[in-house]
Amino acid sequence: MNKNIRNYLVFIVFILFSLISWLLQFEFGMSVWDNFLVFAIDMVIILPPAFILIGLFDVWAKKESIEKHFGQSNNPLRFVYSFLLASTTVGGTFVAFPLANSLYHKGAKFSSIFTYVTAASLFMIPMTIMEAGMLGIQFTLIRLISSIPFIVLGSVLLERYFERTNYKLPTIEK
Amino acid sequence: MEGLYVVTGLSLIVSFIINQEKTIQGLKRGWMKFYKTLPSYLMLLILISIVLLLSEDLIVEYLGQDNIFLGLLFSLGIGSVTMMPGFIAYPLARILLQRGVPYMVIAGFVTSLMLVGVVTYPLEKSYMGRKATIIRNIMSFVVAGLIALVMGIAYGEIF
Repeated sequence: MNKNIRNYLVFIVFILFSLISWLLQFEFGMSVWDNFLVFAIDMVIILPPAFILIGLFDVWAKKESIEKHFGQSNNPLRFVYSFLLASTTVGGTFVAFPLANSLYHKGAKFSSIFTYVTAASLFMIPMTIMEAGMLGIQFTLIRLISSIPFIVLGSVLLERYFERTNYKLPTIEK
Repeated sequence: MEGLYVVTGLSLIVSFIINQEKTIQGLKRGWMKFYKTLPSYLMLLILISIVLLLSEDLIVEYLGQDNIFLGLLFSLGIGSVTMMPGFIAYPLARILLQRGVPYMVIAGFVTSLMLVGVVTYPLEKSYMGRKATIIRNIMSFVVAGLIALVMGIAYGEIF
C-alpha cells in the first residue's frame, strides 16, 4: 500500500514537472512527456480487454479437476495434464513450486513435475493474454507451440538423471 | 490488436449467457487486478520515458546490435538475473520491439525472465532441493535460448 502511494506521488510530481517544462519550453521535459504519452495511449488501448479476460479466466478456471488426473500413471497423457494444470495455475512460480512438491509426495513422476513447473512459468494464461495483447498473437502462438517439445524433452532428461541418482525432493512440514 | 477486442467481446458474451453472476464477479476481479497494478504501470512508463530518452542508443545498441546472437545472449542474461512481473515485462518488451529490437532478442528476454529464476533460488531450493534447482535452471536457460532461436527463424531474423 505504501509503495502504491509513493508511486502515485511520483506520478503527480511527474505531471507537475511536465507542466512546468511546457511552460518554460524546457526541451528535455517536453520530450519525456511526449514519450510518456505515446506509451500511455498504447497501454490504455490494450490493458482494459486484457484485464477483462484475466478476470473472467480467474472466475472460470477450476484447478481441482485437473489435479485429480495428474497422478502416478505412466500414461503419456500425464504431459497433457501437466500443461493444463500449469496454464491454469494462478500465482506463478510462487504457487507452482509448493504444488509440485506436494504432487511429488503424492507420487507424481519427475517428468510430470518438471513439465508442470516449467510450463507454469511459460503457459500461465493471464500472462499469455497480456503477451498476446502487447506483442501480438502470432508471437505468443509460436512461443507456446515451440516450447512444448523442449519442455517435454528437458523434463524427460531430468527425470532419467534424477531417477538414476535416486534423488528425493525435500519434505515440507505442514 | 483488433483480435484482442474480438476475443474479449466473445468471451464476455459467452460467459454472460452461461452465468451472469460469475461474469460480473470476473469483471470485478479484473478491475481489482488492474487497480492494484496501475501505480506500478505509471511508474514503469515514467521510468521508461526518461531512460529511453537518455540511453535509447545504448539499449538498442546492446539488444538490437548487428550480431543478433550477441544481442540474444545479452537478453538471456538480463532475463535470467532480473525479476519482474509479466504485467511490467510485456509493456517493456513492446516498447523495445517498437524501438527496433528483434523478435528473437525479445523472446530470449521474456522466456528467460519467466523460466530462469536466479532471484527465486532460495524459494525454489526449499521445495525442490539444491541439486534439482540448479539443474532445472540450467536446463531452463538452454530451453529459453532454443525457444528464442525458433522465434528468430519464424520471424525470418536468422537463416
